[in-house]
Amino acid sequence: MAKLDFPVGPQHPALKEPENLRFSVDGELVVDADIRIGYVHRSIERSCSERNFVQDLYLCERVCGICSNAHTQNYCQAVEAIAGVEIPERAQWIRMIMHEFERIHSHLLWLGVAGHEIGFESLFMYVWRDREVIQDILEMVSGNRGHYAMTMLGGVRYDIAPEMVTKIREGLAFLRQRAEYYADIATSEQTFLERTSGVGVVSGETCVQLGAVGPVLRASGVAFDVRRTFPYLQYDKVEFPVRTSELCDVLGRTLVRVQEVIDACDICTQCLDMMPEGDVNMRFPRKVPEGEAVARIEAQRGEVIYYVRSNGTDVPERVKIRTPTLANLPASLEMVKGGYIADIPIAFASIDPCFSCADRMVELNDVSSGDSRTMTWAELVKLSRRKS
Amino acid sequence: MQVLTPLFHVFVFPGFLFLIAFGLFASWVDRKLVAKMQNRVGPPLIQPFADLIKLLAKEDIIPESANRAMFAVAPLVAFAGVVASAIYVPMWSAQAANSFQGDLIVVIYLLTLPAFALFLGGWYSTNPFATIGATRVLSQLFGYEVPFFLACLGPALAGGSWSISEITAAQADGGWFIAAAPLSFIVAMIALIGKLERVPFDIPQAKTEIVSGPEVEYTGKRLALWKLSFLAETIVASALIAALFLGGPHFWGIPFGDMPAWLAGLVGLIVLAVKILLIVFFLSLTRAALARIRIDQMVEWCLLWLGIPALVNLGIIIFTMS
Repeated sequence: MAKLDFPVGPQHPALKEPENLRFSVDGELVVDADIRIGYVHRSIERSCSERNFVQDLYLCERVCGICSNAHTQNYCQAVEAIAGVEIPERAQWIRMIMHEFERIHSHLLWLGVAGHEIGFESLFMYVWRDREVIQDILEMVSGNRGHYAMTMLGGVRYDIAPEMVTKIREGLAFLRQRAEYYADIATSEQTFLERTSGVGVVSGETCVQLGAVGPVLRASGVAFDVRRTFPYLQYDKVEFPVRTSELCDVLGRTLVRVQEVIDACDICTQCLDMMPEGDVNMRFPRKVPEGEAVARIEAQRGEVIYYVRSNGTDVPERVKIRTPTLANLPASLEMVKGGYIADIPIAFASIDPCFSCADRMVELNDVSSGDSRTMTWAELVKLSRRKS
Repeated sequence: MQVLTPLFHVFVFPGFLFLIAFGLFASWVDRKLVAKMQNRVGPPLIQPFADLIKLLAKEDIIPESANRAMFAVAPLVAFAGVVASAIYVPMWSAQAANSFQGDLIVVIYLLTLPAFALFLGGWYSTNPFATIGATRVLSQLFGYEVPFFLACLGPALAGGSWSISEITAAQADGGWFIAAAPLSFIVAMIALIGKLERVPFDIPQAKTEIVSGPEVEYTGKRLALWKLSFLAETIVASALIAALFLGGPHFWGIPFGDMPAWLAGLVGLIVLAVKILLIVFFLSLTRAALARIRIDQMVEWCLLWLGIPALVNLGIIIFTMS
């Protein structure tokens, strides 16, 4: 059979968000792969420099629906660093707990999606049922299942009350036990192994060269975790292992994530034990002094980097966001090359992509000539009026 | 009457209407069972019927670049093949609506028609997903068809006939051929999953990879026809396995000889329906418990782990008979 151009997206059932992937296939084998991103560019960075620091908090929360807490936390960390503010200790512990809650919910969500991608619907149903436990806990603590709006400049919005702590402990014990069960399934269920073992292989060296982060990097045997390498909040006080795997494939990434769920449960329990009494937030100045700061945290998908520059007013001059998906995309293309068509969805899903988070710019290209052009605001408004 | 009886067999029972009604019911059973296994509520009884009516009402689109004739005819051929094969499979007594020496071979070939039609329909729709799905249909066919045929040879040899009705009649004393050909039975059941393109062998359809493979360009009533073809094939192929291995309508303790003909027919149909639903239960179980494997893994695994046991069982039957 001749080589066939095989498009995936912008609309495709395996993709939850619009993105265009182009594959060159020879029979069932993928010869080459390329990606076009920019379909969900929302111009968040630009909007950040149009609004004040408090409004940006809400904007950053909406960079991603899954790692919403990680983004606000990272943004607050950067702004607080510029302002030179030290937030109350109890607030730091609560931020850590929220951070780990979000890791649990995100990794469980990913495990379900991975099951769906390889046609293992039952895994999807079971994992998402168990995920409801952590969703309920998140709702109890913050009032929301999705965008928690828990982090604020100068601390956190709500305290964790003593009666919540027992419920959280029960939930965590249940989730820990379920995570162990899923780790067992991942290593013993034959069809699951057939579809994940040796699939989407990318070596640790390539990962480092291509700048991969998070579970993708760790599953290729590189022990890099921002929580351990550059501790923030109180991460230097809790004990947790940096989970790595030498398998370099989808199975390795699955195991790393499932084990991180177990670790996250343990970290939360430690936090609940070590959390001191006290205030959970403080007054934060409306105007932030001139300066700039970079903050990095280990979100569930990998390292998120925020760069914020202030010019002394209440509006930041520049907010730059680097999401883990963007860092992992080059590695994901390497994963699918030389593999089977059937492995494309699971190999791509194994980086836990979030394309809307990754889209930072969009370039308008003429399809036939390849020329790029710029559209002004007025032109865009005109276009939208004509189309609607 | 002599003209009406064959027409009744083709259009009402065990043909067209019966296959659609029972096929939709079996699909509801399947969906409900899988839902229960996955901790969901599952659809109401009316759901498969509602889905069918909705599809029939939808717009029918033929892609511009497709070969119109092949694209339009493929689902009809598939459905016609399945309905035709139903006439030779015993549905209410050991005797099918029609039978002759060699109808086993005919039925096996007629049941292969949907796969070929699916390949042609997908290939001529010229969509890249459909093209890849179509080649997968054929690759998969080589994986399950040979073991399925070898497995059906087991009861044929044990019953000493090429007619399904005679093979079923030979089990009327209670000596089901599942005892003589247990390996063949297991092979036939697993090959059936491949034939019906269900998890873990739903590779040609693979919705997260190639959307729905060869069916991707089909809409409206033609898509409904595809769905119906596979539902009807589920019934006919399950009935075939029940007739070959599980004694067809026979069950111990039911005195078919003492009943009037209409009652014997009704009881026989009910017994067979239960057996078909048990096979559907097995299909649901595998769908809930397993993940979809890759086409290369499927073909390799099927030829090795289905082909060889089927041959071994054939050898045992031939050795014990001589």
